[in-house]
Amino acid sequence: MKREDFKDNEYIDNLVAELNASGANVVVGQFDKLINWGRANSLWPLCFGTSCCAIEFMHLGAARHDMARFGFEVARNSARQADYIMVQGTIVHRMAPALVRLWEQLAEPKYAIACGGCAVSGGPFKGSYCVVDGVDQLIPIDVYIPGCPPRPEAMFYGLMQLQRKIKVERFFGGVNRQEKLADFISSHPEKAEAME
Amino acid sequence: MANIQETISKLFPEAAFEQGEELRVTVDAKQWRALAEQLKGNADLGFDYLVGIVGCDWKESMGCVYYFTNTSTQDHLMVKVTTADREHPVLHSVSDLWKVALIQEREVFDFYGIIFTGHPDMRRLFLRTDWVGYPLRKDYDANPELNPVRLNQEPNEDATAEYVEEADGSIKKIDKKVFEDEEYVVNFGPQHPSTHGVMRLRASIDGETILKVDPMCGYIHRGIEKLCESKTYPQTLMFTDRMDYMSAHQNRHCLCLCIEKALGIEVPRRAQIIRVMMDELMRLSSHLLSYGCMTMDMGATTAFFYGFREREEILDIFEKTCGARMSLHYNVIGGVVADVHPDFIKDVRAICSIMPDRLKEYHKLFTGNVIAQNRTKGVGVLSKEDAISYSVTGPSGRATGWHCDVRKTAPYSIYKELDFEEITETAGDSFARYMVRMREIEQCVKLLEQLCDLLEKEPGNDYIAPKVPKIIKLPAGSWFQQVEASRGAFGVYIESTGEKSPYRMHFNSPCLNIVGSVDKACAGYKIADLITITASLDYVIPDIDR
Repeated sequence: MKREDFKDNEYIDNLVAELNASGANVVVGQFDKLINWGRANSLWPLCFGTSCCAIEFMHLGAARHDMARFGFEVARNSARQADYIMVQGTIVHRMAPALVRLWEQLAEPKYAIACGGCAVSGGPFKGSYCVVDGVDQLIPIDVYIPGCPPRPEAMFYGLMQLQRKIKVERFFGGVNRQEKLADFISSHPEKAEAME
Repeated sequence: MANIQETISKLFPEAAFEQGEELRVTVDAKQWRALAEQLKGNADLGFDYLVGIVGCDWKESMGCVYYFTNTSTQDHLMVKVTTADREHPVLHSVSDLWKVALIQEREVFDFYGIIFTGHPDMRRLFLRTDWVGYPLRKDYDANPELNPVRLNQEPNEDATAEYVEEADGSIKKIDKKVFEDEEYVVNFGPQHPSTHGVMRLRASIDGETILKVDPMCGYIHRGIEKLCESKTYPQTLMFTDRMDYMSAHQNRHCLCLCIEKALGIEVPRRAQIIRVMMDELMRLSSHLLSYGCMTMDMGATTAFFYGFREREEILDIFEKTCGARMSLHYNVIGGVVADVHPDFIKDVRAICSIMPDRLKEYHKLFTGNVIAQNRTKGVGVLSKEDAISYSVTGPSGRATGWHCDVRKTAPYSIYKELDFEEITETAGDSFARYMVRMREIEQCVKLLEQLCDLLEKEPGNDYIAPKVPKIIKLPAGSWFQQVEASRGAFGVYIESTGEKSPYRMHFNSPCLNIVGSVDKACAGYKIADLITITASLDYVIPDIDR
């Protein structure tokens, strides 16, 4: 892949334009850069493989592809310790509540990747009676990685796009903000009972 | 074969017979229980291995197709049981005779709503407890408003029922609970790194000892069998690669064999050799993954990297010839999709030459380790009788001493000509299952070396049969085909009405049976052994759920 192709991502360009338009504080902007550099290079995934893509993800962790080169190697088994969730495989009706729950358990700032055709759109199982046609119906997705299953190189590409996104984000006052309980309840009225 | 027919017709004069590739018996639901007892108990019949139960909806009637095998004579029998009542279809359970029916009858209930009287635990298997309707019925209402994506917790997870037939013929429902209120239940899954996918197990424990394990499947149930009914035959091939993705070639080979059998297509010899080579490479890569995962589950992280190092080299071979690493799509009806890459034989020989040394490394790293031995020897024991009753085939079945390798018992393709040994152990514990896989790697290498020689002797590029029809329509009828996949006997059942798409396509997966035996294998052992036992049983979740 050529370098200019790698940089060809309208979504991130828009994000940068938005940031530049609102302007950044000189001091805070520098701290943002420093922290984002650290965050982007220590992205911890949550182990969340449901089918074939999970095997390719294991190959990503094994010796040949070695995701430790990019700082992705600390695959966590608890959502509370992970930075992002990479949905590897089909999500079916029975699994959907579990996925949403895991997503809510992740600590902010958090990201989600839809990996493979099934997670992107339902893939080969689109139209089945119990398959969710794309996980973006359930949780907000940052990066989509097509493929069935995507090659490890494609997964790297997707993960590096996530790194790029993190590097241009505003950390202080941006993704680092703490959500007030009242705000959360007002946006998720169905969870009000459980939170109180 | 004639003896079986005589014996059955003497006992059940109303039974209808048909001679297909195996003897086929059709009986009414009322006679089924008596026939089943004879099939199991009568010394002249002795069908001790229930291969699979296929639920089916024939519009005017519903029922099940049972496939049996006699493990000593290798006689096959198909029994078709029908009931005309579509509103409340009821059959008698055979779960006390063949334990595998415990889980397979639940699958039929989930898909068709057929109630099995006498089954101790009649509840849904794959779908949510609040699912509306039975999806594989031909009159199923697929309206998404009936079954939206529900994000609440499933209600009444513990509720189950047993249906009993009263003396006057009415059916009485007895409500039961999977776990009693006073039981201490540990939940495990669905998102857990050691479940090898999205499996959920609930174990009730007394101190550290497991009393009962309740596997909950369906977290990756994608409804493949229903999808197949709306696809043409070449399109259905695509799903087989995504069920047990560690035996993609074997599964696809099985479906191709079944369709070719129905159409009477003869596959060229070169294509057959290539198919078998791919099957064995797949088995090799699958056993390497099992080794890696089992060792990692027990804490030996280094061993995982060793297993994956060789796997990558096999995936390279696949990539050169098939163009993909995992969803290979290589077998097609009549042969394979393209001839092998020019480097193929050289690469396979290279794998064969390195594997013996690498195997020594594996054994040095893990097999001889005292902790590994203590945690696997004498743990999770299944006896040979258990394995047959639960239909646990493949390496897990052979570890009990049961000769269940389909490549030997019912050779398909060119396996008859090949010289290899069927690996069995006798202990039936986790260690025996592990050792069967390691020794099968040696046999894979032995087979691949022979196959390389055979392929060199078979030049040309006859990789596909010349006369495969453009539009594939199977004649009306039903077919069943089994192959030995990496994890056991994989079966395909096709029922056709002469259309372009199958009327019913059922995949009889080995892993579902293995999961059915988890309770038997784990009860009485420690909760810490649950992981090692399930890792050594080595199931792949999308194969269970389909």
